[in-house]
Amino acid sequence: MTTTETAGNFVGTSVKRKEDASLLRGSGTFVENLNLPGTVFMALVRSPYPHARIKSVNLDAAKAAEGVVAAFSGADLTEDWKGSLPCAWPVTEDIKMPPHYPLAVDEARYQGDGVAVVIAGSRAAAKDAAELIEVEYEQLGSIADVEKALADGAPLVHDDLGTNECYVWKLDSGDVQAAIDAADVVVTRRYFQPRLIPNAIEPRGVLAQVGPTDDVTLWSATQVPHVLRFALQLVLGITESKIRVIAPDVGGGFGSKLNVYAEEALAVALARRLGRPVKWTEERSENYQATIHGRDVVHELTFAATKDGAITAVKSEAKCAMGAYLQLVTPGIPLLGAWIYSGPYEIPNYSVTFTGVFTHTTPTDAYRGAGRPEATYVLERTMDALARELGMDPVELRRKNFVKEFPHTMASGLTIDSGDYEASLDRLLELLDLDGIRADQAERRARGDAKQIGVGFSTYNEMCGLAPSRILGAIRYAVGGWDSATIRFQPLGSVQVVTGTSPHGQSHETTWAQIVADELGVGVDDIEVLHGDTAVSQLGMDTYGSRSLAVGGMALYHASQKIVAKARRIVAHQLEVAEDDLEFADGSFSVKGSPDRSMGIAAAAFQAHAAHNLPDGMEPGLEEAATYDPANFSWPGGAHAAVVEVDTETGDTRLVRYVAVDDVGNPVNPQIIDGQVHGGVTQGIAAALYEEGTYDEEGNLLTTTMTTYLVPSAAELPSYETDRIETRADNPLGVKGVGETGTIAAAPAVINAIVDALSHLGVTDIQMPATPERVWTAIEEVRT
Amino acid sequence: MRHVTLSANGVRHELEVEPRELLVYVLRDRLELTGTNVGCDTSSCGSCTVLVNGEAVKSCTMLGVQADGMEITTIEGLATNGHLHPVQQAFHDHHALQCGYCTPGMVLAAVSLIDSGEAVDEAAIREGLEGNLCRCTGYHNIVKAVAAAAGVS
Repeated sequence: MTTTETAGNFVGTSVKRKEDASLLRGSGTFVENLNLPGTVFMALVRSPYPHARIKSVNLDAAKAAEGVVAAFSGADLTEDWKGSLPCAWPVTEDIKMPPHYPLAVDEARYQGDGVAVVIAGSRAAAKDAAELIEVEYEQLGSIADVEKALADGAPLVHDDLGTNECYVWKLDSGDVQAAIDAADVVVTRRYFQPRLIPNAIEPRGVLAQVGPTDDVTLWSATQVPHVLRFALQLVLGITESKIRVIAPDVGGGFGSKLNVYAEEALAVALARRLGRPVKWTEERSENYQATIHGRDVVHELTFAATKDGAITAVKSEAKCAMGAYLQLVTPGIPLLGAWIYSGPYEIPNYSVTFTGVFTHTTPTDAYRGAGRPEATYVLERTMDALARELGMDPVELRRKNFVKEFPHTMASGLTIDSGDYEASLDRLLELLDLDGIRADQAERRARGDAKQIGVGFSTYNEMCGLAPSRILGAIRYAVGGWDSATIRFQPLGSVQVVTGTSPHGQSHETTWAQIVADELGVGVDDIEVLHGDTAVSQLGMDTYGSRSLAVGGMALYHASQKIVAKARRIVAHQLEVAEDDLEFADGSFSVKGSPDRSMGIAAAAFQAHAAHNLPDGMEPGLEEAATYDPANFSWPGGAHAAVVEVDTETGDTRLVRYVAVDDVGNPVNPQIIDGQVHGGVTQGIAAALYEEGTYDEEGNLLTTTMTTYLVPSAAELPSYETDRIETRADNPLGVKGVGETGTIAAAPAVINAIVDALSHLGVTDIQMPATPERVWTAIEEVRT
Repeated sequence: MRHVTLSANGVRHELEVEPRELLVYVLRDRLELTGTNVGCDTSSCGSCTVLVNGEAVKSCTMLGVQADGMEITTIEGLATNGHLHPVQQAFHDHHALQCGYCTPGMVLAAVSLIDSGEAVDEAAIREGLEGNLCRCTGYHNIVKAVAAAAGVS
């Protein structure tokens, strides 16, 4: 294990969370818990059809209903919009980017598209009145399937585009065709990754207040208050300096709150019109239609390999559902996986093609992992397929192809700074007892047991820590990927930390305090971490893409260094020694060779505040800010294994064990990291076994509530076995991202395990999610 | 409107409630006990779990009028004299919450499970918490916390 190079004693320990005190007592500040005098409540009327012309909207009955303040159709509000809801990632020059306004005016393009809005004095009155709004629709043709949407004559989502193809994006390196032609073995497999509905347990919610000078305060259950602030200027034409966005306690996001939504703009627009605070709380069934989905990708993946298992080329072609409109980063989601179709393996020839496709469905966007689970799933499933083709052990095939030296520049062009994939795999195998599992498997097979077991592997890496601004610019993302921190000593020695990240479960208040406490030599309890309010934290890029520690945490580190440097100047001046003659340890500056001559950093902070005796020209106060733009992505990796038991008579599959060994760099708070891994793994397992957002052919959502979309409970899952190896990232803290690793790794491990359990019967593929019906059908197909 | 008398966290309340008003909104909107969260429309997620006469109930499945004469405990009523209830403390010690939105319901479901003597082992705890969904923790640390609070390994 590598030891930390930071000064103090908090990093690397499981400090208990600061966040818990209020959340455990029910004092969370979730948007739904906030109330302002005179608040009115908003309810939306949404299209029940996947595609329909809006012929008329009659608001009369709603407006006449008791308690109703106002009601508007989409046409009534067109003057309120100075721009479309933004898409920040036009991935190609010729991408098709249709306008997307908060309410549909002429046509509704997915089931759930907002058509009208009503405002009333209570939530119940608004909801009752919404049912009185009469909308006359003319149903139009619609399509939900990405491949069928590309066929000639398919119903178009946006008629004026003349096609449902949004873009085609390619990344090629080496000569893939030559490698395929020269290969001993070529394996091509096709995969469908279904829609996933993120299901943050707190639905979205907004509360908008507009003051007399058009100054806006918007409380929103968002991951991205800073992004939302400038997006609101674009949509509403209100200058950004008059907009304050507050993300209070936010009840989970997983990417679904990494967006700018119609209801945020609507609430502000209506608060301006009505002069009263406007509140909206999403219902769960509304969430399933009006909040973004993830995945919905059809892949064809090809490996070329030598007969001894060296993979010489990878070629991926994917058709990716955009949904009906482009949300904030919809087109860019596949790109977040584009560079890792070789994963932790050295594959010299590389080709990736994405086709973005409009369908009459809820827009897709970032869901935990965003692009990387898609890539890793098809890669790790095809590793097993290739192993079967070659008659090789899937573990040895992986080991043979691992990248072994770092830094490593991949064929895709990016450089992995650090890792040790073999060490992760070795540790996994130590924990797993593979021989024991194989012996049990052999005995069950010999006996012909109804219940068979299987083990599946997923060795992975991922690029996170979004992101180096220059690279973002090169791939046409609209803004940068840096983040900010401000550290401020109060006069009597406590410390305020302001971060540009915006946590919603990730424990930044605790983790950030640990980092700063060590750098400054103060206590964790002396530190207050402020976030999620653009009036307090004015610069930031918020929380998504496992970026907060690797980017925001590094900004904290640099701001800390500036604080120490200024304090050192103050102490050197007051002790009348050269700065170089001072040593800084445990929060105290002492003169080298004369340890009795010293001054603590808190005392220096007081001197900075009093300003009686500072070096000439020094500004009073001890406050420093830093922005940090990473030079590279963050490269976690690891090795996961799933053990499943499959009832071959019913198709019922139970996850028996899940073992995860991850390399997330220098662990700041091991308990919090484990928690991130548990949660991430669970969302990957859920995708493999339970969750699928399904549409019928026309785009009617069939999984409309939690009773049909199966978010797993504790009863479906085992406890997990986790461990870590550590390779330090190429940054001063040595830290890497962790939030998405589990979700990226888990799904292929589970499906590989099911295929392994049934391989003796001849089963070679199971589609996600592996429902009892799908598993049973796969068994029946090979039996007959 | 119906006249309802109920006790919430030991405080007696007399209220006029609409017949259609769910208990969760009586607690949240009338009594300002906003610690009880709403996560779904279908009684699936359990975020709104409270104790009614000591037993865990999803407060979105119960009308306010049905709570007439009953004693309700919400998350705000669990700590005593500033000290966390042992289940709350165990959640803190074992990092059994991340975003914290499901936590009030999860804690109260766990209190009920332990008080009823059903939290006898990991399997029983997992089955007993089946009605409460968490999207952050994968339940691993929740199960550990409940086992610790229940004194089972």
